[in-house]
Amino acid sequence: MTAPLLTVDHLRIESVRSGAAVVDDVSFAIERGEFLAVVGESGSGKTAAARAILGLLPPGLRKAAGRIELDGEDLATVAPRRMRALRGPTVGMVFQEPMVSLNPAISVGAQMAEGLALHERLAKSEIRRRCLDMLARVQIRDPARTFDAYPHEFSGGMRQRIMLASVMLLKPKLLLADEPTTALDTLTQREVLDLMVELARDYGTSVMLITHNLGLVSRYAQRAVVLRQGRLVETGSVRQILFSPRETYTRQLVQALPRRGAASARRAAGEPLISVRGLKVSFGGRQRLFRRDADVAAVNGVDLDIGAGETVAVVGGSGSGKTTLGRAMLRLIPRASGEIRFHGRDVTTTRDHEFRLASQLVFQDPYSSLDPRMRVGEIVAEPLRHVPQLAGAERDRRVAAMLDEVGLAGFAQRWPHELSGGQRQRIAIARAIVRHPSFVVADEPVSALDMTIQAQVLKLFERLQAQYGFACLFISHDLAAVEQVADRVVVMQGGRIVEQGSRDDIFDHPQHDYTKALLAAAPVLDFADPASVRASG
Amino acid sequence: MRWRANTVIGGALTALALGTALTAAFWTPFDPLRVNLRARLQPPSSLYWLGTDEFGRDVLSRVMAGAGTSVVVALSTVALAISIGVVVGGVAGYLRGWTDRIIMAVNDALLAFPGILLALAMMIVLGANKSGLVLALGLAYIPSVARVVRGTVLSIREKEYIEASRVIGNSELYSMVRHVLPNAVAPVAVLATSMFGWVLLAESALSFLGLGVPPPAPTWGNMLAASRPYMETAAWLSIAPGLCIALTLLGINLLGDSLRDRLDPRMAHG
Amino acid sequence: MLGYLARRLAMTIPTLLLVAVAVFTLVRLIPGDPVQVMLGDNVDAAQAAQLRAQLGLDEAIPLQFLHWLGKLATGDLGHSITNNLAVLPLILERFQVSAVIVLVAVAAATCIAVPAGLIAAWKQNSALDLAVVSSAALLLSIPSFWLGLLLLLLFGLKLKWLPVIGYVPFSENFWQAAVFMLLPIVTLTVLEIGVLTRMARAASIEVLRLEYVTHARAKGVPEWLVLGRHVLPNAFAPTWTLIGLVLGHLLGGIAVIETVFTLPGLGRLLVDSIFARDYPVVQGCLLFTAVIYVVVNLIVDLCYPLFDPRVAVA
Repeated sequence: MTAPLLTVDHLRIESVRSGAAVVDDVSFAIERGEFLAVVGESGSGKTAAARAILGLLPPGLRKAAGRIELDGEDLATVAPRRMRALRGPTVGMVFQEPMVSLNPAISVGAQMAEGLALHERLAKSEIRRRCLDMLARVQIRDPARTFDAYPHEFSGGMRQRIMLASVMLLKPKLLLADEPTTALDTLTQREVLDLMVELARDYGTSVMLITHNLGLVSRYAQRAVVLRQGRLVETGSVRQILFSPRETYTRQLVQALPRRGAASARRAAGEPLISVRGLKVSFGGRQRLFRRDADVAAVNGVDLDIGAGETVAVVGGSGSGKTTLGRAMLRLIPRASGEIRFHGRDVTTTRDHEFRLASQLVFQDPYSSLDPRMRVGEIVAEPLRHVPQLAGAERDRRVAAMLDEVGLAGFAQRWPHELSGGQRQRIAIARAIVRHPSFVVADEPVSALDMTIQAQVLKLFERLQAQYGFACLFISHDLAAVEQVADRVVVMQGGRIVEQGSRDDIFDHPQHDYTKALLAAAPVLDFADPASVRASG
Repeated sequence: MRWRANTVIGGALTALALGTALTAAFWTPFDPLRVNLRARLQPPSSLYWLGTDEFGRDVLSRVMAGAGTSVVVALSTVALAISIGVVVGGVAGYLRGWTDRIIMAVNDALLAFPGILLALAMMIVLGANKSGLVLALGLAYIPSVARVVRGTVLSIREKEYIEASRVIGNSELYSMVRHVLPNAVAPVAVLATSMFGWVLLAESALSFLGLGVPPPAPTWGNMLAASRPYMETAAWLSIAPGLCIALTLLGINLLGDSLRDRLDPRMAHG
Repeated sequence: MLGYLARRLAMTIPTLLLVAVAVFTLVRLIPGDPVQVMLGDNVDAAQAAQLRAQLGLDEAIPLQFLHWLGKLATGDLGHSITNNLAVLPLILERFQVSAVIVLVAVAAATCIAVPAGLIAAWKQNSALDLAVVSSAALLLSIPSFWLGLLLLLLFGLKLKWLPVIGYVPFSENFWQAAVFMLLPIVTLTVLEIGVLTRMARAASIEVLRLEYVTHARAKGVPEWLVLGRHVLPNAFAPTWTLIGLVLGHLLGGIAVIETVFTLPGLGRLLVDSIFARDYPVVQGCLLFTAVIYVVVNLIVDLCYPLFDPRVAVA
C-alpha cells in the first residue's frame, strides 16, 4: 500500500484583505496513476486549491492552514528553489483560456523548450527533437513549422494541444487540469481530453481534473471530490457520486443535469409561424491593400420552418453559422439575402412593425446584455414603449407581473451589477417576454451559467413557453440542454443544415456523420445505464 | 485604501486651488495690480506673506488672482473642447463608415500637431488675450477629446445591450441617446479631469513664453517668466507661482486617478 | 509584414497632405495684410509687390497652395524676413539642438521608468509600489519650466557647479557641450520618468494578471526570467506607444526648456519668429514639427511587430 502521490489535509485558504475563507478545511488524496475529478460551481474554491498545490496563489489569497504533501515532500517546509524544481517535472498545470495561456511574444518552440531547458541538462538539438516528437504526438500537423510559429497563428483547440505538449514534455507525476476544455468547441473538447488521458496513461501521470461538467466526470474520472463554497461536500467513486449521492448538494448537482423528458405533443399544425427559404449571409472578406479576400458565407442557403409554440434547437460546432442564423431570422443583419415569411407574409425587406413586436432575442452573456445604467424595472419596461395601448399604471402592472413570473418580484429598483449571472439572465428573459412575443430566439441562453442555475433557468424557460405559447429557436452547443427542451433539432455545419428531425430521431438515430460525431463528443449521461460510466477504481 | 488617499489629498488640493480662485474674485490682501515702488523686491514677511515683486506688488495677492485667471481659462477651455469633441467623436464612432473615416482623417491630421504648438499657432491668428487663449487651447484639444470619445463609443456599441435595444425596435437615435451616451459619461468625466490639468499647464507654459495672458494681469506662468531676471536676488519670486502650479496639478492628477479607479468596471463588480 | 509596412506608409500621405493644408490655412487666416505686417509701416510699393510675388500672394488661393506645395517638395521653405536666411537649413540647424535634448532625455527616462514600473507592478500594493506611484504622481505634476528654473537656481546660481547660460554644439567640443546640455536634459528626464513609469506599471499589472505568466511560473521558471522574458516584452508595447506620443508632445513643449536655459533650439526659433511676425519661419517650423511628429509615430508603429507578433498579421 504505497503512499498517495498527493495528500491535501485540512487545507484552508483565505483572502488576505478580509480573512474570508475561499477554501475551508478541505482534505483529499490522489493515488499514483489515478484520475480524480474536482467538481464544483463558481466560488467553490477548486481553482484556488489547485493553485495552492503549485504554491502559486494569486496575490490576494494566502494559505492559512493545512498540509499539502506531494510525492513525499511537505510543501510548507520546502525551500523556494526546491519548489521551483518541483514545478514542471513533478506537478504540471494546464489552464482554461487558450487565448491567454501562451505568451504571444515568444515562439511556440521557445516556450516549449523553456521548461525542458530549465529542468534537464540537454543539448539544444535534443531539446528541439523532443519538442517536435511531442508536437507530433499531440497530432499537430506540421511540427517543424509550428515550432517556429507564434501562438496567435493557431486556433483555441490547437493552442490547448500545444500547452498540453509543453506540460507533458516534462513527464510530470501529477497533472492539474483546470477546466481545460470549457472554452472549446464540443468536438475539440473530446479530442483534447482523450489526448490528455492517453498521455497520462503513457507516462503514468495522475490527473486532477477540475470541472463543473458532470458528463466529463462520468467519462474520464475514477473518483470525484465535490466542493461547494470552499467546503468539501462529498468524495467517492464516480459511480457512487452520480448514481447514489449521499449529500443533498451532490444530489442537486446530479439532478441539475438536463435530461430528456417525454416527447411533447407540441406538433406544429397548419401553416408555420416563420418560414425561411434560401437564407444566405455573407461577410465580406478581409480588405487587403489592393484586393479583397473572398466573401465568407456564414449562412449558406438555409430553409427552415418553425411552427407556432414549437421549440426548434439549432446545434453545431463553432463556425457552423447557428448564431448568425438566429440573428438573420430576426432581421438584425442587413446583409442577409433570401426570403423570410411571418404568418405567410413576406417580411424580408419590409419594415414590418408587427414582426418586430412579435419577435425577441435572449442573449448569451448576462453581463453585457443589460444596460448597466438602467434599473431592472426600466429594462423590462423598455420594450413596452412600442405598445402605446399599455401606458402608465397598466405598464407598471405588466412589468411587476413579469418580474413575478421570473421569480424576481420586487427587484424593479435594483441595478444590474447587484444581481448574479442567473438573476440577470432571468431579467433578460423577462424583457424578452414582456410583450408576449410569438417568436423568441435564445442564443446560448444558459451557457455562461453555473450548472444548478442552468437547470433553474431552463425550467423557467420551459414553464414560460408552456404558459405563453411562443415558438423558440434555441441555439446551443450544449446537447444535454437541447435534449431537454427541444421538439425538433436542426444540425448545422459550415453554414448549411446537414440534418434535421424530431428530437428523439436525431438523438437516437442520427444519420449524418457530423451529427454522429457531435453526439459522440458530447458527454451525455445515460441515467438508465450505470454501466455506461467508466469502471471505478 | 489608496483610493481614499488619492481622493482626500487630490480633493483637498483641488479645492484649495478652486477656493483661492473664487476668493480672489472678491478679495485679496492687496490689489494685485497696484504698483508700489517703495516696497520693491521685499522677501516674505508678516506683511507680505510671499514677498513683493519688482514693482512692489504683493506676490500672494498676485498668486491668488493668478489662480482665478488660470482656473477660469482652464474651465472654459475644457467646456469648449469637451462639448464639441463629444459631438464629433460620438458621431464618428456611432455612424462609422465614410463619416467616421473622413472625420478621423481630419482629426488625425490635427493631432499631428502637438497640442501646445497648435494653440501657439492659433494664438497668432487670434491675438494674445484671454478669450483668444481659450479659443486657441480649446480648439487645440478638440481632436484629443474626439479620439477618446470615439473609442469609448466604439466599445459601447459592441455591447449586447445596444443590440438588445435594436431588437426591441428602438431607432438608432434613441439607442444612441438612451444607451450609449449615459455609459460614455464616465470615461469622458475622467478625460475632463485630466484635461483640466493639461490645459492649466499649457496656459502656464504659453504665458511663460509671453504668448498667453499678457501682463500686468497676473497668471502663474507669466509671473514665473517675470521672475527670471531676479532669480539670484529674489528667489521667492521663482518659487511661489511654480509651487502653486505643481500643487494644483498634483491635486487634479490624484483626483483624476481616484475617479478612474472608482469608475473602473472591475471595481464596480466588486 | 511588407504589406503592413506599405499600408502604414500609405496612411501617412493623406495625413501629411492635410497637415500642409492646415498650416497653409492658418497662415492665411492671420488678420490683416501679411505683407504690410511683415514690412511695417514704411511700405515701398515696389518692395511690397516683390514680397507679394515672392510669397505668391498675388495668385488665386488654390494656385498659391499648389505652388507652395511644389516648393515644399523641393525643400524650399522660403526665406526668413528678419535675416533673409533660407528657412529649411535654419530649422535643421536648430532642430539638432532640440532633438539631442529630447532623444537623450526620453531614452534615459525609459531606461529608468520601465524597470521601475515593472518592479512596482510586481510588488503591487507594497511600500515600494506606493513610493514609486507617489513619486511618479509628483514628478508628473511639476511644470518643466519651473523645475528648470529651480535646478538652474540651485546648481547654476547657488552652487555654481554648472553654467547658467550658453551653448556649444557637440561637434565643436563634446565635453563642453555636454556641460551646457546637462541641466536641460536632466530636467526633461526627471519629468518624463513620471509619465512613463505610470504607463509601464499599469501595463505590467495587466500582463501579470494573464495566465501565461502563471503558466511560466508553473513550469518552474525563476521570477527574474518570468519578468524579463514573459512580462517585459508584452508590457512594453503600450509604453512604446506612449513614448511616441511623448516625443511628439515634447516637440511642442521644448520651447519652454529652451527659453529657460537659453538654448538655440527649434522651440525658441518658433516663439521668436512669432514675436517677430516672421511668417515664413513660423510656417516652416509648424510644418517641420508636424512632419517630424508623423514620422516619429510611423516609426513607433513600424517597430510594433518587434514586440507583438500579432500586429503584422492584422
